[in-house]
This record gives sequence, C-alpha cells and structure tokens, in this order.
Amino acid sequence: MTIEEIKGESSIQLSVDGQVDTITAPELQQKILVTFQKTKNVILDLGHVGYLSSAGLRALLLGQKTATSKGGTMKVINVQPPVMQVFNMSGFSKVLTIG
Amino acid sequence: MKELKLIASDDTLYTVLDEIKQHLTANNCPEELMTPILIAAEEVYVNIAHYAYGGKPGEAKVNIEVAPDPKRCKLVFIDKGIPYNPLEKEDPDITLSADERQIGGLGIFFVKEIMDKVEYEYKDGCNILSVEKSLQ
Repeated sequence: MTIEEIKGESSIQLSVDGQVDTITAPELQQKILVTFQKTKNVILDLGHVGYLSSAGLRALLLGQKTATSKGGTMKVINVQPPVMQVFNMSGFSKVLTIG
Repeated sequence: MKELKLIASDDTLYTVLDEIKQHLTANNCPEELMTPILIAAEEVYVNIAHYAYGGKPGEAKVNIEVAPDPKRCKLVFIDKGIPYNPLEKEDPDITLSADERQIGGLGIFFVKEIMDKVEYEYKDGCNILSVEKSLQ
C-alpha cells in the first residue's frame, strides 16, 4: 500500500493505492492522524483500493472521530464496489461522508 | 484440498491469503466473490494470531478446499489455543453513529455476514472454525 499526499487550498487529499488490511491499516491510520495535525479537512481517495478489512475500518473510524473532534471533515471518495460492500455491511456507509 | 500449518501471527497472514487466492483462482472462483472470502479469512486468522495464544506464538492449521455439488469454498481454521467460540460474541450495533462506535469488534461479524455457513466446535483441545461460501 502506498499513500500520496496532495495539498489543496483548505484540505489535504490522501490517495491510497493497494490493499488496506491488518498489516497496512496502521500506516494508513497514522497517516490520517498526522494529516489532521496539518489540516481540519482530509479527503481520502480510495479509487485504487479494492480490498479493505475491519482493520481498515478501524483506521477510518478513528479518522472520522478525529475530524468531528476538530470540527473538521473527512470525505471518502472514489470508493470501489468491493470496499462499498464492506461499508454497507458494517453500516459505515452512514458513518462516513462518502462523495 | 490444501493444508497449511503455520505459526499464527500477522507475519504469516499473507501466506494464508495467497494460498487461498491461488486455490480459488485455480478453481475458477468468480472474481467478485474472491475479495469477500479473503476478507473473511483475514478476520478469522488475525483473531487466532492476536488472541488464541494470549499474544504468544502458537500453531494454526488452515484447510482450503473447493467442494463440488454445489460448488463451494470451504475453509477450516484450527488452533490449540484458549477455548473460544467466536459465534457466541454479540453482534455489534451497526446503526450507531461514528461517535458512539467502538473501535473494533467487526471482524467475526464480517465472517458471519460474508460466509453462508459458519460453525465452531472444540474438539481434542482444538478450536475448529469451519466456514463455507457458495461459488455459484
């Protein structure tokens, strides 16, 4: 998994490429938390993520909680069908802001 | 049938997932079923790696099979760790908001949602979790 950081005017986009699982999710979680130290608004591009397990959801939930506590936003974009299936199954499609 | 014998840890997760993927690919598993099955396998295996032996290294066996009539994927996970029936765990409330949500607790729920059949038994000092999903 790789994560590319793209700075915008009022947000930072993290473009994730690869599998988000037990092994890689801690890196994504850390990256989201560090990014929220630089901005209140994070965009998570999951366009190149075709696999996300419950470990990945943990990272996203922590990101969403951080966004709320900072009065910011975390928007998840370009969600692929297998990952949307995981979001629907877990109720995360209602917990996250999916664009 | 493919039988794997491993030390249950995060380090061997990809070995398990790669073997399952290879076996399913060789048996013409539909692509859209591959990812959910691998996710279910990850959830079970990681539970064993993290909890079965109280965080210490321990043995795990994984049997991988594509059975016919009707064509289905059968996975059996066996460990000799602390007796634990994950099916007794209460399902998480998936209607809660982000603030109300606990971190974690979704793993075994995913397994039950994804797979068609999930069975647990404790036999001869082993936790045996068998899961099945139709490939048709």
